[in-house]
Amino acid sequence: MTTAPVKPAAPPRLKAKQRPGDRIFSTATVVAGSLILVTLAAVTIFLIAQSIPAFTAQPDDLKGGAENFWAYVGPLVFGTIWAAFLALLIAVPLAIGIALFISHYAPRRLAQGLGYVIDLLAAVPSVVFGLWGITVLAPFVQPFWSTLVDLFGWFPLFAGPVSGTGRTILTVAIVLAVMILPIITALSREIFLQTPKLHEEAALALGATRWEMIRTAVLPFGRPGIVSASMLGLGRALGETMAVAMVLSPQVLISFALLQSTNPTTIAANIALNFPEAHGVGVNVLIATGLILFVITFAVNFIARAIVNRRKAFSGAN
Amino acid sequence: MKLKRYAAPAVIAITAALALSACASNEGGAPAAGGSSDAATTSALSGTLTGIGASSQGSAQEAWIAAFQTANPDVTVNYDPQGSGAGRESFISGAAAFAGSDSALSDDELAGEFASCAPDTKAIDIPVYISPIAVVFNVEGVTDLNLDAATIANIFSGKITTWNDPAIAALNADATLPSAPITAVHRSDDSGTTKNFTDYLGKVAPEAWAEKAADTFPFQSGEGAQGTSGVIQAVTNGVNTIGYADASKAGDLGVAKLKVGDEFVEYTAEGAAAVVEGSPIVEGREANDIAIALDRSTTDPTHYPLVLVSYAIACQEYADAAQGELVKAYIGYLASEDGQSVAAESAGAAPLSADLSSKVAAAIETIK
Repeated sequence: MTTAPVKPAAPPRLKAKQRPGDRIFSTATVVAGSLILVTLAAVTIFLIAQSIPAFTAQPDDLKGGAENFWAYVGPLVFGTIWAAFLALLIAVPLAIGIALFISHYAPRRLAQGLGYVIDLLAAVPSVVFGLWGITVLAPFVQPFWSTLVDLFGWFPLFAGPVSGTGRTILTVAIVLAVMILPIITALSREIFLQTPKLHEEAALALGATRWEMIRTAVLPFGRPGIVSASMLGLGRALGETMAVAMVLSPQVLISFALLQSTNPTTIAANIALNFPEAHGVGVNVLIATGLILFVITFAVNFIARAIVNRRKAFSGAN
Repeated sequence: MKLKRYAAPAVIAITAALALSACASNEGGAPAAGGSSDAATTSALSGTLTGIGASSQGSAQEAWIAAFQTANPDVTVNYDPQGSGAGRESFISGAAAFAGSDSALSDDELAGEFASCAPDTKAIDIPVYISPIAVVFNVEGVTDLNLDAATIANIFSGKITTWNDPAIAALNADATLPSAPITAVHRSDDSGTTKNFTDYLGKVAPEAWAEKAADTFPFQSGEGAQGTSGVIQAVTNGVNTIGYADASKAGDLGVAKLKVGDEFVEYTAEGAAAVVEGSPIVEGREANDIAIALDRSTTDPTHYPLVLVSYAIACQEYADAAQGELVKAYIGYLASEDGQSVAAESAGAAPLSADLSSKVAAAIETIK
């Protein structure tokens, strides 16, 4: 392997034989590859072209008395990021726990079954999560939120008055967390399983307990993977529409209170709720908010990709 | 043997295909056939009719279309519930032959041109759908609730925050009201229901509700829920909640009685129809334009003033006569006794009263 190969005498140039199958297959892949670029470009062009009238929209065309488009979209951007952030806060620790359980603690047979169940969770349509959210989760958590406000109402996040239906942003964050759990768990598990056996065994040989081994060998190795998995989950949470539109009691405002009736809504849910009756410039305004969402999710995915690439270079596997 | 098993369905399929294709060829064939129609021979009509408009009429329109197309197999009617504003715009631009709208055409719109109407003729508004709106509540230990417009306005604008507020207690001497906070649920999507609800509050209690009637709920307070079913869901599952929704969807929820004059009036279909009949028709429009200026502040206790009236908007005279025949037949059906009872069954609408219904029929008769 390490010795330099002996340079053979230059052979006569042989042209690889082209069979029809080769040609058809290579053309098909090129078409498929370029199709994705064309689609992305088409969506981008559509969003930008349709958004232009919105940037000069008059206050009459905007809801909630916003002065211009940016004042209108500001609270929506806040709500989008706030809801996704809360969901991530709930989902990531849970996902890491599940992933570690599957990769390092559970008996092999149980681990496999659990992995399937988690993947199955990803197959549940978001509208079903929405229905579950309004009919089961919201009425179930309402008494807890009520108690929370009674006991910790002095803390700004839990300020009252509590919502009587439980359809608050914290409930939405729980629904979103359940939805993004599978992707974060699945990716983290893959990463944890890739931890070099030598590192783990070395840690154990030096007298580490299993927890210490995980802390010193598995988690540092998996950190970039966890971050990129979280970013992918964040991307899904940012764009989630139906569940938020159905569960949340929305307003266009900036508020950090978690348990009130007035919650900042997200861009995607706002489009879903207002598009059916929108007309004229109102449609352009909604599409423009879609463009903003597109930019946000694009940025999130871009960052995730960058971190994944960095991991490739500096991973402990070499 | 196997062949035999498939034979019967195959024969049915072929027959059906033949029958259907026969239909299709008729459809393209002769719009001229519509020319000789009168009420008895409407089945001679053929062609396609497109309407765009209010989503409030959506489920009624579905039922109307199904019944109308059964009676007139050569006619295809499409109704796209994009919303009232979109419906009127499409009608004005000629993209739709008729519009469904929760509000009548504005003076500005009437001053303009209508692309599908004959030159120099105007469009007319015809009320076809009356939907009562109920104020629903879910409060522990309370089964009957009396409210007046000012109190409702204060609840929904966030000025009254607990159920045992003196203003509510004064109207409900017999009820034991809890000291719990009120969760007022409104529509989070744009809706004609919201517009009529806020219009009612603004007209009857202007000092408590200064906002203009609009499709969007005007306050940044209270709880929002998507669609009528979302509001009902939130009120049902929540605690100490109140909301407004189409009366037909109220189900087992408590429905508040509204103060009309000196009495508290329960919602009834008759009461809803009566207030529409008792309301004046807007003056200074085309003779056949039946735009109703709803008398929200009526003091007659047989009236229930919290209603939504939805119109079909059509040309007085169509540039395309065949299209005119179709619209006349279709809207004539909507306003007929049959059509109204179909809407009552499918969407819980309140049928037009006899008097208004004859006025409407006379107006439809003039469509050309």
